[in-house]
Amino acid sequence: MNKILLIISREYLSRVRKKSFIIMTFLGPVLISGIWLVPIWLAERGVEEKKIQVYDESGLFLNSFNNSNKFNFEIITGDVEEKKQEVRDEVYDALLVIPKIDIYDPKNIELFTQSSPGMDLVQSVERMIEDQIVALKMEESGIDKKDLDKIKTDISLGTINLTETGEQESNTGASMGAGLLFTFMIYMFIFVYGVQVMRGVIEEKSNKIVEVIISSVKPFQLMLGKISGVAAVVITQLLLWIGLSALILLVVTTMTGFDIEAAQMNPESVAQGNAMVGKIAGSILKLEISKILGSFVFYFLGGYLFYAALFAAVGSAVDSDSDTQQFMLPITIPLILGLVISTSVVINDPHGSIAFWASMIPFTSPIVMMMRVPFDVPLWELLLSMFFLIIGFVGTTWIAGRIYRVGILMHGTKVNYKVLGKWFFMKS
Amino acid sequence: MEVLTINNVSKSYSNHQALKSISFSISNQRIFGLLGPNGAGKTTLLRIITQIIDADEGEILINGEPLKNDHIKDIGYLPEERGLYKKMKVGEQLLYLAMLKGMSKAEAKKEAAEWMKKFEITDWWNKKLEDLSKGMSQKIQFISTIIHRPKLLILDEPFSGFDPINTNLIKDEILELRENGSTIIFSTHNMESVEELCDDIALINKSEKILSGSKTDIKTSYKSNLFRLVHSGELGELKEGFELKESEKNLDGLNLSLIQVNNGAGPNDLLKYLIDRTEIHAFEEKIPSMNDIFIANVKAGNDE
Repeated sequence: MNKILLIISREYLSRVRKKSFIIMTFLGPVLISGIWLVPIWLAERGVEEKKIQVYDESGLFLNSFNNSNKFNFEIITGDVEEKKQEVRDEVYDALLVIPKIDIYDPKNIELFTQSSPGMDLVQSVERMIEDQIVALKMEESGIDKKDLDKIKTDISLGTINLTETGEQESNTGASMGAGLLFTFMIYMFIFVYGVQVMRGVIEEKSNKIVEVIISSVKPFQLMLGKISGVAAVVITQLLLWIGLSALILLVVTTMTGFDIEAAQMNPESVAQGNAMVGKIAGSILKLEISKILGSFVFYFLGGYLFYAALFAAVGSAVDSDSDTQQFMLPITIPLILGLVISTSVVINDPHGSIAFWASMIPFTSPIVMMMRVPFDVPLWELLLSMFFLIIGFVGTTWIAGRIYRVGILMHGTKVNYKVLGKWFFMKS
Repeated sequence: MEVLTINNVSKSYSNHQALKSISFSISNQRIFGLLGPNGAGKTTLLRIITQIIDADEGEILINGEPLKNDHIKDIGYLPEERGLYKKMKVGEQLLYLAMLKGMSKAEAKKEAAEWMKKFEITDWWNKKLEDLSKGMSQKIQFISTIIHRPKLLILDEPFSGFDPINTNLIKDEILELRENGSTIIFSTHNMESVEELCDDIALINKSEKILSGSKTDIKTSYKSNLFRLVHSGELGELKEGFELKESEKNLDGLNLSLIQVNNGAGPNDLLKYLIDRTEIHAFEEKIPSMNDIFIANVKAGNDE
């Protein structure tokens, strides 16, 4: 046991002291806070105003273009060609030419710009013209606008979960956001740190120190020590990120004086395109944070342990990084599959049968279950899935250990799946 | 006292048998040469003794006790495929490897400092392995093998890849360790070092032990009663029982002859007989080298 601790501390210290770890530790929070702060900053700053000339031959739209902070419309008369030149000279951003039109067959309305206009501008202009035409048609048909406003209906569905204890307001958007966030994080961490375990094994093998070490400890202890050491690195990194991100957010908000929480809680204040982030962040607070975070820690560690053992086995079987390709496929496919199921199937039907099975099978469960947890998974399903994952990583560790103990002593052997099988069944 | 006893140890892998019922024992404070051609099974046997792999059959005793986990601290092992962590500092590396053998940190520190002083490399403590030359890291590798003062030191091809200076350094250390109470096994096909260092040997070929015992005894048993004679003048026809195997003139104009004694007569008998026949400048019994014995045995085994 003492020897495993020694190995863990070496694995841990050698990684934590690396420049790349230190850089990532400080860069990570900057990126994380960037994701939170940039949209808010952009929203505060506003967008550049576009100046648009409107040449209205029909005279029907003189009052239908409303200026906003994005667009400034100017009704003009005179020579169209001259005005086009002004657009070319970048005096104006666009020229809208509306010929005399039949409101029942509006044709040939054209927008001239120097380069292709943004979707935003085109849609806004189209909407304003449509609104005016609709209004004109209503007038002709004798419908009062007030009556129409009365008929118009706008509903927003309030979703309530029926729980054992009563009713609880749910928030599909927030659940989805939280699920996606945690799912991606687990996927990323398993990959990045699984590969680190594999590299570590390859390093020991190619340095040829491995035989020296296993004359002092059992190969299985060495493997466990490495996997646990890297796990400790991940936890350190995660904690530092959370701590530093919080610190950066705190410093930035006190310095600039804008209220992030308010921006999150009131997403309408955030520019439309960037509203999602604020909305999700704000609504996450309404979810069962402790349950989600608890599951996250469990599935993150469980998933890591499940896959790290397999990565270690791959590392033991090869002589260099470049030989890992053929064995990486069966590891990456279930991981990617988990992510695909999460983002396509589970997101639309978090309690369907595909979602259920994918969150039970340990190959995909760490990723898929994290997508489901924010949508309130029944406790028995959660516990069963956790149970399978524990069995899963004990299993993969055992299998990997059997391959590892033989693999690390093999140099220059051509290895394929048949050989791996042979190693697995070899007596020690 | 037998430090290591190996009784009928066998090991087979899926497609071949690596060791067939090997037995021998090694006494305290001896240097034991484990010889054999490539693929004979030497490394497999060493890995069994160091508990890296298990034997299928047979038993191994260390100081009379069956091999157990606790023996790891009594054994120092320098594998043939050896290396160190390139990115780790010399001092940390030595401490780590010593502590894995069960030493306390303070003890390990003291020992490491002593050995580095002895090898005149004290100022390397904070250097990374990747910044050292090959010869330098070989010294560190050797220190890491013996830092925990093993009673049984196992060296697999210790001199391969070592430069002559390091080779001599290590030879001296091996002899000194023996003086200080260690027993050393080394596996090699460098017969020169066997002649020079070994007290006892075992020869393994094709997974089987074909020879073992003290080096002197083995050499004696392989004596073929050949005598080398440097003389002036012709020998002429020899009497019954003495046979002239070859004779040639050497550079000084003297004759160099090889005489085989077939009738059980001793060297004195031969010498007395020859003194009357020729002027003798030199006379010695030709003792087979370990190299001859090795090649003769392995060849005989391969011809079967």
